[in-house]
Amino acid sequence: MKSTIVVEINNVSKSFRQLKALKQVSFAVEEGELFGVIGPDGAGKTTLFRLINTLLIPDEGTLSVLGYDTVNEYKQIRPLLGYMPGKFSLYQDLTVEENLQFFASVFGTSVASNYELIKPIYHQLEPFKNRLSGALSGGMKQKLALSCALIHKPKLLLLDEPTTGVDAVSRKEFWDMLKMLKQEGISIIVSTPYMDEANLCDRVALIQKGSILQIDTPTSVVNGFTKPLLGVKASNTYQLLKALKSFPGSDSVHPFGEYVHYTEKDGEPDPKVLQDYLEQQGLQNVQIKLMDPAIEDRFMDLMHTAEEV
Amino acid sequence: MPEYAIQTENLTRKFGDFIAVDHISFEVQKGEIFGFLGANGAGKTTAMKMLTGLLTPTSGKALVTGRDVYTEAEFIKKQIGYMSQKFSLYDDLTPRENIRFYGGIYGISEEYLSQKIDEVLEGTGLKDQGDKLVQALPLGWKQKLAFSIAILHNPKIVFLDEPTGGVDPVTRRAFWEQIYEVAEQGITVFVTTHYMDEAEYCDRLSIMVDGRMDAIGSPEDLKHEFSASSVEEIFIKLARSAKRGDG
Amino acid sequence: MNSFAGFVIKEFKQIYRDKRTLTVLFGMPVIMMILFGFAIRNEISNAEIGILDRSKDEVTHQIIQKLEATDAFQVRAYLQDVNEIEALFREGDIKEVVVFEANFRQKLVREQRADIQIITDATNPNLANLVQSYTANIIQDYVKALNSEDQIEQAGIMPKVRMMYNPELRSVNLFVPGLIAVILMLVSTLMTSISITREKEMGNMEILLVSPLKPYHIIIGKVLPYLVLSVVNVITILILAIFVFQVPFEGSYLLFFAEAGLFTLTALALGVFISSVASDQQTAMMISLAGLLLPTVLLSGFIFPVQSMPEVLQWISHIIPAKWFLIIVRGIMLKGSELLMVWKETLILIGMTVFFIALSLKKFKVRLQ
Repeated sequence: MKSTIVVEINNVSKSFRQLKALKQVSFAVEEGELFGVIGPDGAGKTTLFRLINTLLIPDEGTLSVLGYDTVNEYKQIRPLLGYMPGKFSLYQDLTVEENLQFFASVFGTSVASNYELIKPIYHQLEPFKNRLSGALSGGMKQKLALSCALIHKPKLLLLDEPTTGVDAVSRKEFWDMLKMLKQEGISIIVSTPYMDEANLCDRVALIQKGSILQIDTPTSVVNGFTKPLLGVKASNTYQLLKALKSFPGSDSVHPFGEYVHYTEKDGEPDPKVLQDYLEQQGLQNVQIKLMDPAIEDRFMDLMHTAEEV
Repeated sequence: MPEYAIQTENLTRKFGDFIAVDHISFEVQKGEIFGFLGANGAGKTTAMKMLTGLLTPTSGKALVTGRDVYTEAEFIKKQIGYMSQKFSLYDDLTPRENIRFYGGIYGISEEYLSQKIDEVLEGTGLKDQGDKLVQALPLGWKQKLAFSIAILHNPKIVFLDEPTGGVDPVTRRAFWEQIYEVAEQGITVFVTTHYMDEAEYCDRLSIMVDGRMDAIGSPEDLKHEFSASSVEEIFIKLARSAKRGDG
Repeated sequence: MNSFAGFVIKEFKQIYRDKRTLTVLFGMPVIMMILFGFAIRNEISNAEIGILDRSKDEVTHQIIQKLEATDAFQVRAYLQDVNEIEALFREGDIKEVVVFEANFRQKLVREQRADIQIITDATNPNLANLVQSYTANIIQDYVKALNSEDQIEQAGIMPKVRMMYNPELRSVNLFVPGLIAVILMLVSTLMTSISITREKEMGNMEILLVSPLKPYHIIIGKVLPYLVLSVVNVITILILAIFVFQVPFEGSYLLFFAEAGLFTLTALALGVFISSVASDQQTAMMISLAGLLLPTVLLSGFIFPVQSMPEVLQWISHIIPAKWFLIIVRGIMLKGSELLMVWKETLILIGMTVFFIALSLKKFKVRLQ
């Protein structure tokens, strides 16, 4: 492969009956990149993955994967892909080991020949290798699924929402594994509805309602959020939300963990004025501080702009 | 109505040799938003099932709305609302029909129900969509509707099982505002989630590890106790110590 | 290990692990065989009949004796007048009244024909049919004997029904071929379609499609285990039929197994075809059961003879593979037919199989849409 581009998507649109799943999507993923597709359910993530893995044909536009066209040269592409679909659940009635062996044999290889690659992931499962995979916990299933997707040493790994419904710890472990795989030179495209996972990618595409809102490094995405952001805290969050929304000049009011993130329509909010107003409204223990925006702030910002347009 | 919405003492459930829930004792106050966290397989679902009267405990005590889960499960079921991640709505019915159906289950009178239907449709902003099939609605609206239905019969406690999975950030927040609103009305909210920032919205929360309840308290207090800067940090600390598989 | 072998091994393992389904698959033929063989008998025994003999001569007397001599009938009433018939039926126990015309013997000798009227209670049409046929059969036998004795030249008593090849009207003989068809439909069509759609439902099909497995690998891999199961089932039924129920087997075993194999292929092809149309297990099951199994039971001639169906249904029955298979197998088992006698039906089955295999290969996409 001469070019360092592994996936190139040009003006791709895809509809299912009336539903426009993807609208004029274009982007490129470079070799060795960990590329995140971030967006809520129904944003078009799965359609995008199925277009890349050649299971769907675009209505418009072209996709090239690892230098091959997904429509005409899908036969060349498929063996080079490692794919983990969103609702993938393995074979519940086969054991951990049998699942792995099955996928190895399907891809014409053996567990032994690629064991080195999956070892860091699979060795955690080895104590349970004779257990039926249906009896595994969510985190373990996900590790097994990843091992299965990797068993034939793919050039490009496509992971469709691998962490959905998985607890925070397993999620963190999973991302550590992805980083490790990246080191092995495998290009990875991963989708997730969890905005905080965006920071772990090299670059991310924020996607909503079939359109790409932005593509950039996580830092640049966050830097796109230019308004000063205040974090506000009080003893009664619900009253606080109501009060902030009613404050003249308030723009966005979003609960964000401990603090409520707050911006104003034009420019700089004055924390002093705000504090006085809130206390007037009968709120107690009001704390206000300047906040660094997160990806999620930017995403909501972009969603807002997109809806206005 | 007793002082506590939920009260458990050494609540335990075993499946054969496996102790899914291991002597948990906690209280949930009335009108509280109570976050119920835990890694996959830590025993959350089993505990929820016992509290909602779907599963009999092996041992221990549990009172829900002051009623005993062993003997008064049927009564408890009338006093609680339930909504899960996998929607309990019927996709092939309209919102109106869905509300009517659930209203019927809980024995809400016809007169009151008609009024309630308009109220719910108004409240969820579904007034013009009331006669469209639910499957045509965006996810966020379905969730709102499902939640409204879960509290249709004015329950004392509403159990929300990962209500916001996969929803966009704006809708997710709108949903939490709905939760606040409900709590304001005095309904106790018992909620599970995988979003750690959502855990911070709760009045108090608990974290389950290997069937035990290893932490319980307000987000503030817990951060203090574990000297952590966020709930996520505490969660990861605790869940890392789990021995049960990979948790 | 090559990918196809790996796939087949996985299929066998999965089937073997699912003990409940496996029990059903192996138990079903046995249970069905026993049900049809013992419980749902269409034979008649001790059916109560009435006799109205207006002739009361030597011949009628002999015929009545013959009727009484079988286990099938029990003469309960001798009537004197036509008017009594209806009243007798109303009582409900009498299944049939046999009426001999006056001067029966005389007519038979002079005109070479005499009439026997057989009146049956058709509230249970199946039973009525049976009783009637059976009676006719007995009379026929009597006439034959009469002719050979040359007492009467060419005696022509007129019940027209003739029963051959299954003179005792043993229902089990007829059910066995039908049962084989039904079981093969269940095992091959239903199970294949369910097993393929399950892959789709679980999301695993996406991975299999992206993998180097060819579509025909997946199809054959899915079909192979059920082919084996089907063969085992056919053998089970055959053994039960021959050794427990003493069903005659006149023809060639080789031909029988070849034809059964052919029909299995038809059924498997149908299963694959269904799974290419259905997106989930539930749909696959509905199509297999309502669209295939029911017609196989009802329209193939398994239970109801095709000839007695309305013309429209007779036309529909032509497109049901089981109908042709039934004709073939009944021919082989009961008549000892050779290939020459069933080549038309065989050809039709081959045509259907090729058609469905081609169609499902075409329908089985390498993509999702």
